[in-house]
Amino acid sequence: MTTYILRRLIQTVGLLFILSVILFTLVNAAPGGPITAYAGRRPRPEQVERLKRQFGLDQPLPLQYVYWLVGNDWTKIDTDGDGIQDEPGARKGILRGDFGFSYRTRQPVLDEIAKRLPNTVTLMGITMFVALAIAIPLGIYSAIKQYSLFDFFATTFSFAGQAVPEFWLGLLLIIVFYAWLKNPVTGEPLLPSGGISSLDGGFSLSDRLAHLVLPVLTGTLGWIAWYSRFLRSSLLEILPLNYLKSARARGLTERKVIFKHALSNAMIPIVTLIALDLPYIFTGAVLIESIFAWPGMGRLYYQAAVDRDYPLLLAVLIIGAAFIILCNLVADTLYAYLDPRVRYE
Amino acid sequence: MNSISGAQELAPANTPASWLTPQQSVWKRFKRHRGAIAGMIIFGALATLCIFAFLSPFDSEKSNLAEKFLPPSSTYLLGTDSLGRDLLTRILYGGRISLAVGGIAVAISLLIGVPVGALAGYYGGRIDSILMRVTDAFLSLPSFLVLILLAAMLREVELPIFQRNSVLTISLVIGILSWMTFARLVRAAFLTLREMDYVSAARALGGSDGRIMLGHILPNGIGVVIVEATLQLGYAIIQEAGLSFLNFGIQQPTPSWGNLIYTAQDHFTKYPWLAIFPGLAIFLTIISVNYIGDGLRDALDPYKVLERVGEWT
Repeated sequence: MTTYILRRLIQTVGLLFILSVILFTLVNAAPGGPITAYAGRRPRPEQVERLKRQFGLDQPLPLQYVYWLVGNDWTKIDTDGDGIQDEPGARKGILRGDFGFSYRTRQPVLDEIAKRLPNTVTLMGITMFVALAIAIPLGIYSAIKQYSLFDFFATTFSFAGQAVPEFWLGLLLIIVFYAWLKNPVTGEPLLPSGGISSLDGGFSLSDRLAHLVLPVLTGTLGWIAWYSRFLRSSLLEILPLNYLKSARARGLTERKVIFKHALSNAMIPIVTLIALDLPYIFTGAVLIESIFAWPGMGRLYYQAAVDRDYPLLLAVLIIGAAFIILCNLVADTLYAYLDPRVRYE
Repeated sequence: MNSISGAQELAPANTPASWLTPQQSVWKRFKRHRGAIAGMIIFGALATLCIFAFLSPFDSEKSNLAEKFLPPSSTYLLGTDSLGRDLLTRILYGGRISLAVGGIAVAISLLIGVPVGALAGYYGGRIDSILMRVTDAFLSLPSFLVLILLAAMLREVELPIFQRNSVLTISLVIGILSWMTFARLVRAAFLTLREMDYVSAARALGGSDGRIMLGHILPNGIGVVIVEATLQLGYAIIQEAGLSFLNFGIQQPTPSWGNLIYTAQDHFTKYPWLAIFPGLAIFLTIISVNYIGDGLRDALDPYKVLERVGEWT
């Protein structure tokens, strides 16, 4: 097992290297870039030349990649743009956690991300928790009562839930809970349509919760549909198995048979699935956060794409890819850990 | 039909089911799936309406400010938008774009994924490991984020065919980021099928690799590909809509379901129909496509050979 994980980790490093090359090349082929960001839309030619030298864009792309990866503080570069490489570089490279500066805010990229990350983790953590809290009972009940009316509605719901575009659902919820329904006491809209808290006054838990309701509802529906359907089919595969019959024959109550014996096996694929889905929960944040003006990573990425703030985009993509690979590894390891029948050589 | 007439003599009292061709028996099983049939009808109706959008008495692009923001009525069935254009007409023209993007994107991912999977599964060894590493690399990309990046970049580029996020550009980008499932499915199917006796027979008869792959193995592994293509169609439509909703996709004045919702955002609390109906079109399309895919999966299931292929979960 340990050798398996070690081998996978080595593969991960290789995979990340390839991805970083692809993404770096892609982003550097992009129009705009630091020149437009720093010199405006119509810069003078000599200004462009100077900026190019200052940003090291006159260097060959492989060298630029090396500087980006491991930094340039070990060599001399041209910082004032006079064409002479006379001063030591200041970049540390992404391997030492230096993702450069955002073109827009001129702050270190990592600081920008660190500022926004907690908001996204809060929103998506709660979304996921709600999704599982609803999906698991729904899936279990619909599997036990297969072909019942309840099962029919639950299955139809899960088909519908997976077909609803999140951004559309978000707008529908705003129409209903912000535009139509009013708070009976104050006459204000029932729920706020965006933001993380009200602008006036300090922190209040009820205010924060009210701001969470619509984004969480929007994000959670698709996941409820997905997990309940998955758990249902996973349980349906297990329910006819002989070990459950023998458990019943030994006189166990149906409750124990389902919750203790069947569920512990049916949950294994769900747990690994959650690990695999984690990255997509964060990707989904782009749409949800832009509908609800939620100051998280998704909106940061969206804004960076609008401004073509390439250092920020590149950093999020690299971290995102690393996160996906890590989640894959965790899922596989978890699968082997939870299910003793699975062994990796 | 020779072999079948032989079977007839041996077992004359067979049930009618045994007389069906594979296509007929698939269709028979498919018909039993009521959701899939409903999906076919709804999807067919929507697509037909979109194709015949030009029959609408209204112009999809000319503005008519005197009649802006009219709620749904007998003249304007779904109301009018901020420029007084008939929303239904816009949705139908938008549907053409959205469905076209979906279709072209799936075609592109098929064109990449199927050959990659076929070569990897058929030849194995080094080719397999190289192609699968590439597939893994693409699978490790946060695809929606890369989609946004590419669309944001290409929005600034003017190329002869790929003008500022045209249908073709967006389809290409979506297709390039979603071929991996096809590659994996086809590879798994080829790995199993290449060991079959009929493949050895074809090889012994002197069939070339290309002929064996295209003529013998692919037709037997096509079921999973068809199911996945159906599901991918819905996925591609949602991706385009999401992208256009962020204004990185198809650009106005060309309508697409996604950018109709994007433009609705300015007014939707006052004039909710602007957001409700385009989204409803997406929803109906996706749900019918998913039901069709589900029906196809059930109908194609008896190809037990491919059961191990089911890499989707």
